[in-house]
Amino acid sequence: MTDIYKALADETRRVLLDELLGRDEQTLFELCMKLAMNHDLTPTRQAVSQHLGVLEEAGLVRTERRGRYKFHTVDTTPLSQISERWPSREVQP
Amino acid sequence: MKLQTISIFVDDQHRAVDFYTSRLGFSVTADIPMGEHRWLTVVDPTRPDGTQISLEPKGHPAVRPFTEALAADGIPFCVLGVDDVHNEYDRLVALGETFTQPPTPMGPVIVAVLDDTCGNLLQLAQWVG
Repeated sequence: MTDIYKALADETRRVLLDELLGRDEQTLFELCMKLAMNHDLTPTRQAVSQHLGVLEEAGLVRTERRGRYKFHTVDTTPLSQISERWPSREVQP
Repeated sequence: MKLQTISIFVDDQHRAVDFYTSRLGFSVTADIPMGEHRWLTVVDPTRPDGTQISLEPKGHPAVRPFTEALAADGIPFCVLGVDDVHNEYDRLVALGETFTQPPTPMGPVIVAVLDDTCGNLLQLAQWVG
């Protein structure tokens, strides 16, 4: 199990989460295209697949196989532990 | 020299010819019995001299793992140019066809990815300049 902090430590993985917020159920192909077109990031397909694996292990991405195809959907639930651990608070002057 | 014919490997030639003609609007250029299978080609009827597509049975053992791996990752096997990808998307969805990716702007093109019902994904691309 990868902790969410390690999963979030990588810029490409953060961008993948950004793109996954756009729409549920995206294929690896769609995500690779969006990294290239929208962010000028061109890691190999295998590297993107590995990044998605790390995000999935941290519970931030869910993968569903439907028919012949594999789709990826973001799950932001684990991120709530960050604000629960460090809730924002007013700094008193 | 010109690109005369490309092959798309299909699960089932009957289903393939139905999809490529009734759904995509290609017309049959050759349908010749070859034992268990057929030599089956289609072409854009508005460009009869254009590149033909051979709807090729998945006879070779290497083909199935190849097409399955592409499909799993959502990778289209080839690109079909369209005038209006949103129109095509709406039309095909209304007919019950499946897309793995709705029309998505990608720089100079808008692309969508369509399931051809016989094992492949096809990218529909509209050039927007």
